[in-house]
Formats: sequence, C-alpha cells, structure tokens
Amino acid sequence: MAQEQNQQSTGNKISTTYVTFIVLIVIVISIGALFLAGNAYITGDQLTAGFLALIGLIAMTLSVFILFQSRRQGVEMKIEAPKVMTTIECTNKTCSSKSVREYQRGDYVFKELDVACEKCQGKQMITAIYKEVKEKEKTYGV
Amino acid sequence: MSLIPGSDSITQVLSLVMYVFFIVLIFYGQRIQMWVMVREVENSLHKLRFIKEEGRKNTIEAIKEIGKPTTDPTQRVDRYLDYFTIGPQNMDPAGIVYKLDHILDVRDERLKDEVKLMAPQSNEVQINNLENTLEAAMALNFIYKVVRHYYIQGKKTLSLYVIMQLQMILPMVMKEAEAYASALKAFAYGQPIGDGAGPLVAAKLMHGYETRKLPKDCVMATVPIEGRTALIIKAEGPGGNVGKPGDAVEAVIEEYQGKIANVIMIDAGLKLEGEMVGEVAEGIGAAIGGPGVDQYKIEDKLTKYKIPVNAVIVKEDIGDAVSPMRKEINDAADKVIERVKAVILERTKEGDTIIIVGVGNSIGVGQ
Repeated sequence: MAQEQNQQSTGNKISTTYVTFIVLIVIVISIGALFLAGNAYITGDQLTAGFLALIGLIAMTLSVFILFQSRRQGVEMKIEAPKVMTTIECTNKTCSSKSVREYQRGDYVFKELDVACEKCQGKQMITAIYKEVKEKEKTYGV
Repeated sequence: MSLIPGSDSITQVLSLVMYVFFIVLIFYGQRIQMWVMVREVENSLHKLRFIKEEGRKNTIEAIKEIGKPTTDPTQRVDRYLDYFTIGPQNMDPAGIVYKLDHILDVRDERLKDEVKLMAPQSNEVQINNLENTLEAAMALNFIYKVVRHYYIQGKKTLSLYVIMQLQMILPMVMKEAEAYASALKAFAYGQPIGDGAGPLVAAKLMHGYETRKLPKDCVMATVPIEGRTALIIKAEGPGGNVGKPGDAVEAVIEEYQGKIANVIMIDAGLKLEGEMVGEVAEGIGAAIGGPGVDQYKIEDKLTKYKIPVNAVIVKEDIGDAVSPMRKEINDAADKVIERVKAVILERTKEGDTIIIVGVGNSIGVGQ
C-alpha cells in the first residue's frame, strides 16, 4: 500500500513539474514578446508594438494565474472540524438560565449535567448541540 | 494574393503561428481537451486520497483514544476498509427483502464484533460511534478506489468519454467525500448530525416519559398529545445508531392489533438546490431511506391494516445530513413539532392512538 502511494505521489510530482515547466516557458516567451514590443515601439511600429504587448501581457497573466491556482490548491488541502456549540438550560421551569459553550466530548442532547445552575442551584441539562454556518448560501438571483 | 498576409516579417511570423495553432487544434483539439480533463480529475483524485488518508488516520486515532487497545489496531482497520457486502441474487425477486435484511443484520453484527475487538475498553455508546466512524472511513476508501479505477481506465484506453463521464460527476462525488470526511469527526466525537433531525424531534416529544425497548435498537414512549395517545419511536441514543424502525413499527402495530389511527414519520429529506436548509415540508408516505427493507416492512403492515401514513421532513443536503447538525436543522425541530400537532388535530380524533416515528441516526441525541 505504501509502495502504491509512493508511486502515486511520484506521478503527481511529475505532472506538477511538467505543468510548472510549461508555465515557465510561457512566461519566458511572454517576456520575449514584451521585449519585442518595446523594440517595435522604439522603431516607430506602434501597431506591432501594441499587438505584441497585448499577447505578452495576456500570456503572463494566465501563467501567473495558473501558478497561483496550483499553489492555492496545495494550501486548501486540509479538513477543518467545524466549531460545535452546546446549549445548556436549567431544568427548573421557573428559572430561565441558559448558557452556550463549546462542545465537549461526551455531550449529548438531554444529558443531565452534574454542575448545578448558578442562579437557582437546580439541575442543568443539554438541550441542543449544533454548528453555526456563517457563510450564506448563494441564491443565484432566482 | 499571398497565403500569409502582411508586409513586415513580424506580422508574417505571427500569421504563420496562427495557422500552425489552428492546424494543431484541428488534429489535437480532443487530446488537449482530454489533457485538461485528466488534470482536473488528477487534482480531485489527489484531494480524495488526502481525505481518505485523513479519514483512516482519524479512525485509528479515535479507536486508540476511546478503546485503549493493547495492540495497534492499524492492521485491523486497514483490513476492514476493504470489507464488502454482497447483495442477494435478484433473478427470482420473491423474498429478496428478507434475504437483504438478513445480510444487513450479519454485516452489522460482524462490524460491531470487529469494533469490540479493536476497542475493548469502549462501552455500548462508544462502540456504536466507532462503528459509524469506521463506516465513514470505508465509504471514503470506496469512493477513492472507484474514482481511481475510472481515471486509470480512461488513461489506459485514452478514452475521452470515460474521462469525460468521470469529470462530469466529480463535483457531486467530491461533495459526498467532503461530507463523509466531516461525518467522520462528528461520529468519532459523538456529535449529533443532520440526519438526526427525526430522532431529535422524537426525543423532544418523548423526553420525561418512561421509555421501553423495541426491536431492534429502538425505544418507544407513550405520550398524550392533543387528547390522543402517541406512541413515539426513535433509535436508541446517544450512540450512533439508526435502529430498525421497520421492525419497531411492525411490532407496535401488531401489539395494538392494527388499531392505529395514523402513522406520522419524521425524517431528514434531501433538499433541491435553491431550497433553504431546515425548511419543513409535509407529505404522504413512509419517510425512510436506507436500502428499503424498513420501508417495505412499514408499508406492508400499513397496507394490511389500512393505516394512513403522513410524513414530515426537514430539508438538508447530503453534506448537512452526515456532518454536525446545523443550527437551522436544530431550530427546525420545534417547527416540525407544530406541524405534527397540526396533522394530529386534522387527521385524527380525540382518543385515537397514533404512532410517531423519528427516523434517522440518533448519535448525540438521548431520550
């Protein structure tokens, strides 16, 4: 299994190196195009200069974008555990004590806690466990 | 008229480059398209391998931490990741439901026994949680292997269509894999998941009332609601467990000799894109997922005694269903209770006996 994984990671390494190599060649060519554009501008051929500059800039932007994208994919490769909260309420119906804390292993909904209520010394119970998702879902205007 | 237009050398070179580019695209366009798709699949496969490995690592860590084994469980976990279940032969489909039921029972027992061996110090609740963790790791392993299979097959045969099909379904596959990765942690920690919406509603209705065990891994409480007698059923919590609501409902209907005015099933339902998480919807039919065995058993008994069945669902997507419960889903529980009460008032008479089933995984939800 480990051998198979090594083979795979080598495969990935090769393809990443290959892409980086192509991107670097494109960057070099785009620099060449920009240099030629400058040269054409000096000699007075403004149309060719503009054309070459456009090609050079587009190629360079795309190359830099691809390089950054592959770097970002590497950074994004992690699984984050969401923050889960536990709501604790007092079982005494006359007491309205309610608190929220971070989830602790062993918590479950309707678990009676050993810690007494600070307000009335009554029993406390877990009434909810949930995660809050901050980002809003896109509606795409429909 | 010259084929290469322009008078100066640079324009001529550029025109020539354009021609070459055009000809290359005619002959190698599909190859380039395939190369781009292969790159995309490769990236996703790389991510899938990472998720699968993380899943495996988390499972082993959870077993070591909770079960305190004397020997390293890594080998046993690795062996179990490739565990498979062969479904019954369907050439003659008569009686296939009970054959499938038997196979699923055997699988469940085997998995539980394995977890007990891997984590000898764990209690019943922890065993259920670890069993769910292991199942999530198995699912991740399977997804990775299937995607890798089609990727290699596509590359071997240089078939654009194999790669294209894989690339087209990849966003959905990745979403599912990420959901399982999230589920793995929730299961290991014993946190309630989105699929627990049904058991949460049932738990809220039955809390404070005496419960009794039902077959298999389910509990029931008799609760007076709006002048009716409600028999509330859910999988036993707080361990990760879906129970067998089919057997439980079957047993209760037989116990009451079919004198049940209505059955109301509460479950988490897959939402369509554009719908909000935690939306509550109502309908008719046995709201229960899984391989279909429980749905068959419930429908069989309902048909035998002509009992109407209503369903209330909480909408969520696959990612929400297996990851820690979102606040919107938790908040929807009270809305569901209101809706259930409305159904009871509209569809039954005072003094009737009804069954309310909270379908789903009871992880992190007591009673």
